[in-house]
Amino acid sequence: MRKTLLAAGAALMLAAVPAAAQNKTVKIGFVSTFSGPVAVIGNDMRNSFELALDHLGRKMGGLPVEVIYEDDGFKPEVGKQKTEKLIESDKVDFIVGYIWSNVLLASVKPAFDSKTFLISANAGPNQLAGELCSPYFFSTSWQNDQTPQAMGLYMNQKGVKSVFLIGPNYAAGKDMLAGVASTFKGKVVGQELTTWPSQLDFSAELSKAKAAKPDAIFVFYPGAAGVQFLSQYAQAGLKGTIPLYTAFTIDELSLPRQKELALGVPGAQQWVNDLPNEQNKKYVADYVKKYPGLKPSFYGAQSYDAAMLVASAVAATKGNLSDKPAVQAALKKADFKSVRGNFKFGNNHFPIQNFYLQDVVKQGDDYVLKTVATIVKDSQDSHHGKCPMK
Amino acid sequence: MTLFIEQCLNGLQFGLLLFLLAAGLTLVFGIMDLVNLAHGSLYMVGAYFAATFAAFTGSFVLGAVLALVATLLVGMAVEVIAMRRLYGRDHLDHVLGTFGLILFFDESVRLIWGPAGLSLPLPPWLNTSVQILPGVHYSAYRLAIIVVTLAVAAFLYFLVMRTRIGMLIRAGASNREMVGALGVNIKLLYTLVFGLGAALAGLAGLMQAPILTVEIGMGEKILILAFVITVIGGIGSIRGALVAAIFVGFIDTLGRAFFPDMLRLMFTKEVAATAAPALSSMLIYLLMAIVLIVKPEGLFSAGNR
Repeated sequence: MRKTLLAAGAALMLAAVPAAAQNKTVKIGFVSTFSGPVAVIGNDMRNSFELALDHLGRKMGGLPVEVIYEDDGFKPEVGKQKTEKLIESDKVDFIVGYIWSNVLLASVKPAFDSKTFLISANAGPNQLAGELCSPYFFSTSWQNDQTPQAMGLYMNQKGVKSVFLIGPNYAAGKDMLAGVASTFKGKVVGQELTTWPSQLDFSAELSKAKAAKPDAIFVFYPGAAGVQFLSQYAQAGLKGTIPLYTAFTIDELSLPRQKELALGVPGAQQWVNDLPNEQNKKYVADYVKKYPGLKPSFYGAQSYDAAMLVASAVAATKGNLSDKPAVQAALKKADFKSVRGNFKFGNNHFPIQNFYLQDVVKQGDDYVLKTVATIVKDSQDSHHGKCPMK
Repeated sequence: MTLFIEQCLNGLQFGLLLFLLAAGLTLVFGIMDLVNLAHGSLYMVGAYFAATFAAFTGSFVLGAVLALVATLLVGMAVEVIAMRRLYGRDHLDHVLGTFGLILFFDESVRLIWGPAGLSLPLPPWLNTSVQILPGVHYSAYRLAIIVVTLAVAAFLYFLVMRTRIGMLIRAGASNREMVGALGVNIKLLYTLVFGLGAALAGLAGLMQAPILTVEIGMGEKILILAFVITVIGGIGSIRGALVAAIFVGFIDTLGRAFFPDMLRLMFTKEVAATAAPALSSMLIYLLMAIVLIVKPEGLFSAGNR
């Protein structure tokens, strides 16, 4: 009896004292929007991150994972506070998330100063790809310009000669409009930026677009604003007359409300739910199983990849997360199976990846997104030259 | 020129819609001396009811009518249950109490309808554009909003100026104690006025729903504009609310439409593109500041109607 007790005690002691410098748990902070009208996006990201943890057995490199979710409330200043809180009081090893470019730009400094790795699962402002690039920043999404650049190329293919651009007046909106203008060979006849996120009535902008008589209109309106834009576009009688091209305006979260308004409106994306790789099939099938009635969106796919990226780095460094250069080198390899198909990181830690053309199809009473074609292969963002990292 | 006509119609439509919200707000504020921050919640409730009833009955118009009645009832219930406790108290208590109601409504809507929001699709006959002048096409639905709100404005004018209830409402705005002292059932009058304000907010919400979609917190954004209109127009004055709402609608829309082009003449393209949306959204508040300096009581204050 005494011996067994002693043995049990020794075993407990051993279990409680891990090898020096090795983490006991992997702590991850997750900043996204979980309240207000765009909470559906944050929820999709959290759902996908949780699903990835399920697939990983809730362990990374053999260590248990603890995730702390924080709500940025759609506001840059709140996002910054939450980021600081995660770093200073929770002492997280990684910070993941960020839907909005303006929130991300406000939040990167505390992360970089404390040498905490930050992985953006959506926002990709040009500054972080260029002069503000950092060894502590990685993206599992895209640089903002890339997706609209692909759309610009597609508009060239379709023989569009002139376009009118409309988007929200914040970091990402400006990147998106600059992106499409950089690859589009025709004439940009007009450009409107609207107050973000308060302006939801686009009557004045649509009237101007109509008066400019372009071949096409390009818009970027993420979240609920995309639903509003599509219904006002139809109400203004433009649906049959001036075709619409989009980036991040139609996705699985907005489609149930856009319905037939989204039919025939093309979008560009680096991930679509029907991409034929094994990892993606598993992700989409298990998501639908775990969250009945919901469908994963690109926001979720990027968050799933972010979890897998962190897991790959924790495994490669055997949980020794205090060795920052080793963690960075492991992250840089992108040694995991991405749901978009595998990709490489560029010098600025943004993915070099394919972009696809997606279209809306009606299936029974349901509207779904389908991949139509590959617009561009191995696209790298146009700001990487300004990043001093090699 | 066609663009200018179209932008004016856009401004008129937005202004008239704001009038519906502001009219209810100014009635409640002027007659009951109650600062009602939850007015935007009734706007949201109207939109949610309309989306639900329209989906249930399959008819947009029927859904809208049912939603209007339902919002009226919700408004009267709120008055009886919550607002009565607030009369005669400090304005700070009103603000706290009605802010609590905003949280209550937002959370109730989240529990009942979920966080994702709804959409209210238009019937095909409204979801197109019509030719109003040679070469000028305009959204049929926005035109319908203009017609309905003008009809409501006329109805309100008739109600307030030509009926007994309207007389009591006007009397209440001028001197509430005296009306009570003359033996008028002021409790019932308050419930009716609050219900009317709620129905107007609900009407604004359900008409805005097909344009802006239905979501939690939709009322808070527009409530600020409604308060600005109440202040500009003079508290308690429906006529003031109408004039101020049309002013604000025009300034907001025309500012957004033409201000960027004006800036582009003076500054570089980049500066103009970034600064214009910020500056044009300031114009309304500039107007309010000027009105407050020149006529602190508002354009049509309740005292001298």
